[in-house]
Amino acid sequence: MSTRKDAPPPAAQQERLLALWQTMTLVRQAELALVRLFADSEVPGFIHLSVGQEGISTGVASALKPQDTLATNHRGHGHVLARGMDLDGFFKEIMGRAGGLCQGRGGSMHVADLSLGILGANGIVGAGIPIALGSAIAHTVRRTQGVAAAFFGDGAMAEGVLHETLNMAALWKCPLLLVCENNGWSEFSPTSRQFAAQLEALSGAFGIAYQKVDGNDVLAVSDASRRAAEAARSGSAPQLLECITQRVRGHYEGDPQKYRDAAEMGLAAEADPVQRARATLLKLGCPEARLQAAGAEVDARVEAAVAAARADALPAFEPALADVYTPEHSR
Amino acid sequence: MSATPKQPSEMRYAQAVSEALRDAMQADDSVVLWGEDIGAAGGSFKATRGLQEAFGAERVRDTPISEASIVSAAVGAALTGLKPVVEIMFMDFITLSMDALVNQAAKARFMFGGQGSVPMVLRTPHGGGLSAGPQHSQCLEAWLAHVPGLKVVCPSTPQDAYSLLRASIQDPDPVIFVEHKGLYARKGPVDTGESAAIGQARIVRPGRHATVVSYGATVATSLQAAQQLAGDGIEVEVIDLRSIQPWDRATVLESLSRTHRMVVVHEAVRDFGVGAEIVATVMEDGFDELDAPVLRVGAPFMPAPFATSLEQGYAIHLESIVRAIRQTL
Repeated sequence: MSTRKDAPPPAAQQERLLALWQTMTLVRQAELALVRLFADSEVPGFIHLSVGQEGISTGVASALKPQDTLATNHRGHGHVLARGMDLDGFFKEIMGRAGGLCQGRGGSMHVADLSLGILGANGIVGAGIPIALGSAIAHTVRRTQGVAAAFFGDGAMAEGVLHETLNMAALWKCPLLLVCENNGWSEFSPTSRQFAAQLEALSGAFGIAYQKVDGNDVLAVSDASRRAAEAARSGSAPQLLECITQRVRGHYEGDPQKYRDAAEMGLAAEADPVQRARATLLKLGCPEARLQAAGAEVDARVEAAVAAARADALPAFEPALADVYTPEHSR
Repeated sequence: MSATPKQPSEMRYAQAVSEALRDAMQADDSVVLWGEDIGAAGGSFKATRGLQEAFGAERVRDTPISEASIVSAAVGAALTGLKPVVEIMFMDFITLSMDALVNQAAKARFMFGGQGSVPMVLRTPHGGGLSAGPQHSQCLEAWLAHVPGLKVVCPSTPQDAYSLLRASIQDPDPVIFVEHKGLYARKGPVDTGESAAIGQARIVRPGRHATVVSYGATVATSLQAAQQLAGDGIEVEVIDLRSIQPWDRATVLESLSRTHRMVVVHEAVRDFGVGAEIVATVMEDGFDELDAPVLRVGAPFMPAPFATSLEQGYAIHLESIVRAIRQTL
């Protein structure tokens, strides 16, 4: 934990927070653009938004190094954008265009960029956790000095693969950073009705270092992630970060959320990590005009990416067959 | 040591698997082995004996009994530069690994737009004959052959166990390498210099009156049937598919165009099996060549039973193959 004595000077603190706020704003504005595009039927299928959880994706990403890898889940837009995924390739993918990072074959639930170590979002709850475990093992065997991060929600705490992974990661001291985004909801049910244990006790049972952090405080997440990532890297041991947060929108976009009460939803919106960082920046003396300019820059980037995606072609069928063995007779 | 190629040596099927793993690990540092009791214990069927001693516990890793996460972890490792070869002790246990195989390994290359592939191998033994009962005897390869993105290989000889395993490890895509418990002790010549391509069948006995298509342990039974019928002047061609996804349609259809009669034989239950796919293909692309209905010989549609007498009733016998061939003549 940092103390007042070794805290960075205010100017450095302000620059650091400003960078984090810009990344959170990018994630937020990209997802709000998706809200509009989805409502206008410009996004096929369905999407799961991380609005209100940007502090976690951004904070964790700030602690990762180029050689690190990550596996995420169905609510993964923030994780991949904070990691630096190309915004054009992201929008094209989610809008099902030829120039998408996955050539329009995966969509929102499967965006990946292996060149950035993003081993994919995932449509199966919890499935990214053991994938990240394997990636962590590969980092060890290949001596990459890398860490693998697994993002999962509290709903995934009930999946068996989490428990298997905790065991193997602890047994083999894997450089694995497990990040639970606990927003209190397992899809349409409160997690309190779904999971009998506490993650802290569970990680304790396996002797895995655990930190609980306010997921809506991006600096707190960033600090905790740096400690955890460095501990995983240098000590080659798994670390678990439980980030408490709120899900502002539905399980999926368009979810009427009749199972939630208005008061709880209001509190979730108030806890907004982006607004919170903005208020702190102003308090630290950051000029409002600077924030407005930075925000406008993000908006322009998002707008340009949406325009590029709209202009992009739909993927042709034939080239899709190049990346799977499909016998001639079966085409 | 001289650089001259080694002479073919006689070895058991399990040893051929082990030699292929050893040679692949020697040739490529990124090849690692994971599985339950594969290290010091050498594997339930001793196919990894001596490998942990040779390559260390980091590359030959004993895993806990966590089939779901072991196979998922192999996907993550394969996407991070390793070539994992995972052993699942009995094919029946892949039920626990199905998300990793079907939703993750099979799809990553396609759904990530060809950014990368998943070069992993899952080795697992199928088959009965050991009174291992309903949960340790199944032949589930047809399930996997039904999933786009997976390759399924099924060697019947020590030579193929060696050559096809080397090819599977080199393959950029996930390969399910199905061994047979009853074949592990079988001996045969192995030339480690001989390579094999996945998807190529082999005519193991030429003939002109009927074709038998098989794979795995029933290839030997089919050869015995052909031998028996030869005594009556019936010349049966026997094809070992060697790989069932992809499978060698050309060799099978070409054989049919010479014999005009066909029987498909496998140990897996007959209904909805590999045989159904072959018969359907013959109906679509070989119908004009047929002089008789194509027949299937497979296990009855029931769980693999335990008691010796029950398992005898379930197993594929020489007599049923002979009877089916005669029926097509």
